[in-house]
Amino acid sequence: MFAARLPKRVPQVARAAAMRRISSTPCRRSDALFVHRDTPYNNPKIPFEFNSENLKRAEEIISHYPPQYKKAAVIPLLDLAQRQNKGWTSIGVMNYIAKFLELPPMRVYEVATFYTMFNREPIGANFVQVCTTTPCMLNGAYDVLDAVCSHLGGIKPGETTKDGKFTVIEVECQGACSNAPMMVVGDDFYEDLTPASTKKILDAFAKGEKPKPGPQSGRQTSENSAGLTSLTSKPYGPGEFCVDEFR
Amino acid sequence: MYKRGAGSSTAETGLLAEGNVNNLQQSHADWPTAKSGRFRTSDRHRRRRPARFQTTCSPTSTMLKSSSASRVARPFRAKLRRSFATVQDTPVRHYGGLKDQDRIFQNAFCRHDHGIKGAMARGDWHRTKDIVLKGDSWIIQTIKDSGLRGRGGAGFPSGLKWSFMNKPGWEKDPRPRYLVVNADEGEPGTCKDREIMRGDPHKLIEGCLIAGRAMNATAAYIYIRGEFYQEASHVQQAITEAYKAGFLGKNACGSGYGFDVYVHRGAGAYICGEETALIESLEGKQGKPRLKPPFPADVGLFGCPTTVSNVETVAVAPTICRRGAPWFAGFGRKRNEGTKLFCISGHVNNPCVVEEEMSIPLKDLVEKHCGGVRGGWDNLLGIVPGGSSVPILPKHMCEEVLMDYDSLKDAQSGLGTGAVIVMDKSTDVVKAIARFSHFYKHESCGQCTPCREGTTWLMNMMDRFVEGRGHQREIDMLLELTKQIEGRTICALGDAAAWPVQGLMRHFRPEVEKRIAAFRAEHGPVLFGGRLQSQTDPTLAVPDNLGGNLPEVGGPTAGK
Repeated sequence: MFAARLPKRVPQVARAAAMRRISSTPCRRSDALFVHRDTPYNNPKIPFEFNSENLKRAEEIISHYPPQYKKAAVIPLLDLAQRQNKGWTSIGVMNYIAKFLELPPMRVYEVATFYTMFNREPIGANFVQVCTTTPCMLNGAYDVLDAVCSHLGGIKPGETTKDGKFTVIEVECQGACSNAPMMVVGDDFYEDLTPASTKKILDAFAKGEKPKPGPQSGRQTSENSAGLTSLTSKPYGPGEFCVDEFR
Repeated sequence: MYKRGAGSSTAETGLLAEGNVNNLQQSHADWPTAKSGRFRTSDRHRRRRPARFQTTCSPTSTMLKSSSASRVARPFRAKLRRSFATVQDTPVRHYGGLKDQDRIFQNAFCRHDHGIKGAMARGDWHRTKDIVLKGDSWIIQTIKDSGLRGRGGAGFPSGLKWSFMNKPGWEKDPRPRYLVVNADEGEPGTCKDREIMRGDPHKLIEGCLIAGRAMNATAAYIYIRGEFYQEASHVQQAITEAYKAGFLGKNACGSGYGFDVYVHRGAGAYICGEETALIESLEGKQGKPRLKPPFPADVGLFGCPTTVSNVETVAVAPTICRRGAPWFAGFGRKRNEGTKLFCISGHVNNPCVVEEEMSIPLKDLVEKHCGGVRGGWDNLLGIVPGGSSVPILPKHMCEEVLMDYDSLKDAQSGLGTGAVIVMDKSTDVVKAIARFSHFYKHESCGQCTPCREGTTWLMNMMDRFVEGRGHQREIDMLLELTKQIEGRTICALGDAAAWPVQGLMRHFRPEVEKRIAAFRAEHGPVLFGGRLQSQTDPTLAVPDNLGGNLPEVGGPTAGK
């Protein structure tokens, strides 16, 4: 059958090549795909529900907003649900939040696709985010990123390791610029990194430990590492230096 | 350009009164002298290519509209000329060198307890009741007298902003009123609010009560960026403690004033730092800025009067009230009063966050608190003085500017959030700015076409310029593109994306030109859009407007 077809196809291919295309620009996608496609692991049939503890938290969060604006709780609730759902927001999570807040599902999809902290694909157990914006870049953030990627078996930013332990992404400024370069693992900031200390942190996480967050260079927070240049004296007490009225 | 030089130099001689300066500017637009040392270097620099730089004046770089810049003390001018009208030389004041006792954020480095016990030992919540009982107009007047300007970047006078909430007849409005604290700190280079929230969260909570009282708000929402998990938990802990101690709630501090504070965590969008986008996000929508008017003070969060303030602005309010407006106003130059948290990152020996007096010379800030530039001051290439949105300053300007709103505005840059990004000579400055363009492309919300498409174009062109793949004329096209983005969008993100590129071309254009020339020398002519001429098929009818046959204009290899 195949042999019989072949002669017929060849001239067709030749004709297609000769045809002049009007546009040959490839389709370029944005950072992430914004449409949902049903997959075995992510479809509306997989249910999601808050557990009792999170249900209590959710009610507490909703109480922060005026009763007619329950919608305002959508971002905190999505975050809560994402934490319960192993760090990612499936279509089931979004639908559940929509039902929970009595919203059209579309309103929740809009929010979940707009904000970068909602992962719409499953992630590894340790979510590693390396900042590469200019202040970090000046201090060698790309070396750190390369170290992370090569240390985790040559994955690329945006990928998960085969054992499902790590997902690495490149993120924009995380707001710890005086402690550059930095990366976030889970919720914790690891600052003042070098490729060597980065590897040490990843090794610890691979063993299931949690290294101490914060600067890895020995300083405590964002003070001058060569010794304090400010706030060296004892803090002043209540009423000190105040005007007479408030002494 | 001459106008500025003339206005400043005449005012410095002290011969002319303020009104005359303005007249003179109009009648002698090209007053030729720029005698003072401060302007001589920069004028010479500008004169070299006046035509190009005319296009790069952003709206912030006003041409000395008022004489504010010329009236204030200039510590760096070469020599004062005595005149008959001058009785005595005004003493030259040096800014900087803030004492520890005058620092507001005593626990910025988390050396002490951040809980309520430690906070009260450091003087927080001290007689807050009396401040609340003083009433709205007293607080607003105190803030106005202190000269506090918004610390989030725009530098709008805070007292004035807060007073917009108390319009005549506001009591008759049955709607609730909100204070929203902008803790969505995401500007590259900025990490000051983080130190406030994790070290001194009670200052922020107390500030919410004071600022809320000033604008008669019923509740405050603190919008913290989602990535700040530890910071948000410290703030939440502080709120819980404050409620327990009776400092918040129906009868806040026993003053009879009811006030609630809530934390709201964001989810990772830089644009939510814009006030109306923040309000949208708080309402549970996509963070897309709203059109103004109506301003938030009329229709804001949940359709109610709202004021959005930066963390630092709110957190300094209680201390200003307790220590008095004159104390705060005693720091910094006129119209730039106060203390400020500066965060220094990049190529300095010891990057840090530090609270310093406003108007501290940029060089002093870097040398004193950060151990200087890597490899010494002479190894400096340029400094971005206020976070990614403001134009870069080359070395010779870094030596002169003071870290305050007006001085940096005069230098065609801005104070922004006080985030100093230092770059030494090893930096690929084009790449650094191109990375900013990537950032803005990533963070553009996509609502306005000039910004959504323009940031992508900026990024693409800047990426090509990093290796020099471009045409000399494309630099001007790029600048025109920035002009097309700037001021044509709902919020300022478009402007913020355009300014760093403008700043780069203003001060480092020769560097870009050099790269383009080098690339051209190696690969032959490059068409507009980055395609090599050698790659085009000469048998095809390629339009002749792609620059392939243009002689190189303005480049170092012109005529070759």
